[in-house]
Amino acid sequence: MVLRRVLFRRGDNMAAGNEILTMRRITKNFLGVRALNNVDFTLRANEIHALMGENGAGKSTLIKVLTGAEEFESGEIRIAGINQPVINHSPQEAQINGISTVYQEVNLCPNLSVAENFFIGRELKKFGVIDWKTMNKKAKKAFDDLSINIDVTLTLDNYSVAIQQMVAIARAVDISSKVLILDEPTSSLDDSEVEKLFSLMRKLRDRGIGIIFVTHFLEQVYAVCDRITVLRNGELVGEYAVENLPRLQLVARMMGKEFDDLAAVKRERSEGAVSDPVTVIEAKGLGCTGKIKSFDLSISKGDVIGLSGLLGSGRSELARAMYGADKADSGELEMNSKKLNIRSPLDAMQAGMAFLPENRKEEGIIADLSVRENIILALQAQRGIFRLISKKDQEEFTDKYIDILKIKTSDRETPVKNLSGGNQQKVILARWLLTNPDFLILDEPTRGIDVGTKTEIQRLVVSLAEQGKAVMFISSEIEEMLRTCSRMVVMRDCSKVGELSGDEITQDNIMKAIAGGGSV
Amino acid sequence: MSDAKLSLSKTEGSNVFGRIKDKLFGYNFLLFVTIGLFIIMYIAGLIVYKDKNFGNTQVFLNLIISNAGLIITSVGMTMVLIIGGIDISVGSVIAVTCMMLAAMMEKGHIGAIPAIIIVLLFGILFGALQGWLIAYLKIQPFIVTLAGMFFARGLTAVISLEMITITNKTFLDIAKHKIYLPFGGSLNRRGVMVYPYVYPTVVLALVVLIASFIMLKYTKFGRKIYAVGGSEQSALLMGLNVKRTKFIVYIINGFLATLGGIAFCLNTTGAFVELGKGFEMDAIASTVIGGTPLTGGVGNVFGTFFGVLIKAVIETFVSFQGNLSSWWSKIIIAILLGFFIVLQSLIAMKKEKKR
Amino acid sequence: MKKFNSIIRRITHIPLFLPLLCLFLVLIVNLIQTPSFFKITIQNGVFYGYIIDIINRSSGLIILAVGMTLVAASSAGADISVGAVSALCGAVCVASLGTGDVYQMPYIVSVLLAILIGVICGIINGFLVSYMKVQPMVATLILFTAGRGIAQLVTGSFILYVKPKQFGYLGAFLPKVPIPTPCFVAAVVVIITWLVLKKTSLGMYIQAVGINSKASRLVGLNSKMIIFLTYIFCGVCAAVAGLISVSRTMSIDANNVGLFVELDAILAVAIGGNSLSGGKFSLMGSVIGAITIQALTTTLYAMHVSADQLPLYKAIVVIIIVALQSPVVKKWYRNLRSKVSTVEPVKEVG
Repeated sequence: MVLRRVLFRRGDNMAAGNEILTMRRITKNFLGVRALNNVDFTLRANEIHALMGENGAGKSTLIKVLTGAEEFESGEIRIAGINQPVINHSPQEAQINGISTVYQEVNLCPNLSVAENFFIGRELKKFGVIDWKTMNKKAKKAFDDLSINIDVTLTLDNYSVAIQQMVAIARAVDISSKVLILDEPTSSLDDSEVEKLFSLMRKLRDRGIGIIFVTHFLEQVYAVCDRITVLRNGELVGEYAVENLPRLQLVARMMGKEFDDLAAVKRERSEGAVSDPVTVIEAKGLGCTGKIKSFDLSISKGDVIGLSGLLGSGRSELARAMYGADKADSGELEMNSKKLNIRSPLDAMQAGMAFLPENRKEEGIIADLSVRENIILALQAQRGIFRLISKKDQEEFTDKYIDILKIKTSDRETPVKNLSGGNQQKVILARWLLTNPDFLILDEPTRGIDVGTKTEIQRLVVSLAEQGKAVMFISSEIEEMLRTCSRMVVMRDCSKVGELSGDEITQDNIMKAIAGGGSV
Repeated sequence: MSDAKLSLSKTEGSNVFGRIKDKLFGYNFLLFVTIGLFIIMYIAGLIVYKDKNFGNTQVFLNLIISNAGLIITSVGMTMVLIIGGIDISVGSVIAVTCMMLAAMMEKGHIGAIPAIIIVLLFGILFGALQGWLIAYLKIQPFIVTLAGMFFARGLTAVISLEMITITNKTFLDIAKHKIYLPFGGSLNRRGVMVYPYVYPTVVLALVVLIASFIMLKYTKFGRKIYAVGGSEQSALLMGLNVKRTKFIVYIINGFLATLGGIAFCLNTTGAFVELGKGFEMDAIASTVIGGTPLTGGVGNVFGTFFGVLIKAVIETFVSFQGNLSSWWSKIIIAILLGFFIVLQSLIAMKKEKKR
Repeated sequence: MKKFNSIIRRITHIPLFLPLLCLFLVLIVNLIQTPSFFKITIQNGVFYGYIIDIINRSSGLIILAVGMTLVAASSAGADISVGAVSALCGAVCVASLGTGDVYQMPYIVSVLLAILIGVICGIINGFLVSYMKVQPMVATLILFTAGRGIAQLVTGSFILYVKPKQFGYLGAFLPKVPIPTPCFVAAVVVIITWLVLKKTSLGMYIQAVGINSKASRLVGLNSKMIIFLTYIFCGVCAAVAGLISVSRTMSIDANNVGLFVELDAILAVAIGGNSLSGGKFSLMGSVIGAITIQALTTTLYAMHVSADQLPLYKAIVVIIIVALQSPVVKKWYRNLRSKVSTVEPVKEVG
């Protein structure tokens, strides 16, 4: 494999200027926020090009601009073989221009056969009717050519996600084969499936296709890619050949601190405040098949435990398993030295847990209900159906938290959907603070909200810990975690791989742990 | 890493049993259950009602004769269910079809053929209206067709509150025209060879059945219906025109509902307000029992045909029994429908879990 | 122009604006047609008049609409079996009392039996919807068909008449009370439901589950159980409506009790300003909606439209209202308005 890659790379160098896609100075504003700022991106034939960046870096926006799912304000896109700049208005148009995309969720029809999914919209006909025999034969041949050995007459839902993805890829390159975008295709695949996908990708690369590979898994980048483009906060950080960018450097570039500056980060938190740790919650071998591998974790009063790791590393899954949002199927959980049997989130709440989910809109707020109702809902659920919180108390609680958290709302009866993102998040925080939990899980509480509110939430987290609560804090922004966390758990590949505490918590150490042992 | 041949299929290579198993289970499973159920019921009928000539070819043909309209309507229903919708207006559409035919021929003195054409145009228009509301205004199909059901029933009553009997000669000639089969005859009591016969409606039903089968399996449009029913979003991303596909399916459905109504009318040769009440249930039940799940994306018109036959056999049993209320057949069908819905829901949940 | 717009907006934002407007329109039409419309007289010691008649006849529908409102709010669907369940419960009540000169069993036992049947029907529907994840209208389709069939079996396909005079009290008048009994029953059902929703947290739970069942689960609500309960409640409502209906006619005709009421109930919920796709609801809206429907029915009768023809007009009203609620039409309307006022609606960044 090494040999082949070297050979290939030489070919690449010889064909310098073999660009099939160039994007220049792409700028896109998203309701006043600059989502992409003068971003350049170049894709050559015969290469697999990783597009890297943390949440909000602008990866998906760049892809959307390229595929015509979103418009852009300025800049130009050129595709080899087309003489003028290209603006795609829809994914279909992009496909006609030679750009196909395969997403993590397979956009094929599970109820149709593999061959039909391959051909749909362009079925082969004989005597005016569909010629199934030829279609099956041709599809079979197309898959054989890609070394995918499957029965094309079975319906797609007989196959694993990995195969479905390959079918989608085969279809995409069969329709138009210049640029193939793979948007996090490996998120739900296991190791051997990933390896099979990779060999397919290499095969396509060797046929002259340029592949844009979006992923959060560092190992995979080094396993399959030739080149890396890193974005951060909507700006281009740089384009690198893989061999010139060691893993640690990549993490540093994605996370936003140059490697040398790392030591300079200060922590606002007063250290060593807790002298005699009292364990609040302890997980022993807790795990959830297919989501998070078994882990041990114990959290004490006054602890702010950070979960760090790249997206998809199992951060949220760990939290969800503890709260019972996904039912754990192995191990046990003890809270305040009592064994818990959690069958539903309500059990976790009754034991004194609180959970602010990652996806505010889908799992957090109840859009049409008022601020008041959203705030008291959790406490009410804890109390049960018959012990209704009196109107007076409801209003008192709501006003109290609107005041404490400085929630900006015209009044407490406003539907929560009319609030800004940051204020919605505060409403959910208020909902949980009202239940006076011993253990709070905050999954990305600061995502997508303004800087001022971010700081407020960070302060709140620290002060909650000082009040003796245990807090679990998940964030993609490492600085934020350094500022707030007293201990750090490092996650990689759906398992807990390490724990840092005290002076060990430096950006340097965290990044090393995230990047993992093997370096390229 | 070498590019070794990838064996990705869970049915590795030449494992024939694995392939057969994969084909058998999944949604096709429902179709096998249906056909198996029909065969068991038919054999049971042969044994239990031996003295009542249940095995007679004519008795079997009567199953189809009395349900020709239902077959045609259920074929339309099958397409609607495959695309992920539902239509509960068909019973009323049949009533209004019969009433329009009767009124036009008896009160308006319009010829049978023009009347039939006008009625079919009405069906297309009705289907187009429902389809537009569902596809383009995105209103739940159930609400639209519920309103459609009441609309058509009310319209029937507006046309005439009294029963109208059809006396138009052309129409009756078509209705009573017996087409004898060249085989399967038996000697009657006088020793004369009597061949089994069918009416033109049966031929019509079979033509519709076969034409729809070809359309669903061998045309682009037919495959679009499955694609949209399987995953609307994917179909959209693959460049299919989802809205138009839905719209046309409801038009076809409206057309077939009125065509079914005409077949129904040829059987009853008369119309009254209450006609075809609960017919939509029969159509939905036959389709669902025939292996077309309510979740869309899967279905087969031949399954629907067997679904209709099962319903017909149940009715024949109830009538052969003599002392049973005819309501029993409705209750049994509803129970069977419930059973199939639960079965489908379980299969769907299992598939979801597997993901 | 701007001022006019803001006045319009203020008026249209009064709670229950739509249902009240509809009721108002229907009443105006009636007043023009029948000047004596609002006159109430006393005949034979009871109140008499159009208005009384409308309120009396709408009682059953109000009860059904209350149940339907909760079902629509929690599960974003409708229970179309209510008419058939009404017929079945009525049939069980009459059949258990018998057609003799005296009841075969105490009246109250028979009533409880009918309500029990309603609960069982609700359990079947609720189980299919919440635990088997069948679409609400498909799940309730089973009883929609079978319900009347079973009712026919219970009555032996006959129209049964009940002889004791007391049987009619529920559907007509109690001795020496000038107001029709169904009004009291409807009021009791509405008040009890209202109290339960106000004095427990169920009202909020039902809305929360209907709006966002995922988030509801994470704050500790048992979404499935809540949906299940609303269907059982709807079954009870159908049973009560069925009891009133059989008492009105002193008989059971399984073919005709509660015929077409499912459409009326859905219509009442929609006219009440409630979304049929789940979420926030207003009980009072549905009550006003139910009265509006009955007023419309009475009006159409007064215009010599036969009972069989009524569905035609009601279907048109349903489609218009549902089409106005459709997101596509709302978007058209918004676009039209933003073109007029040029004020961009504030969007929120995800």
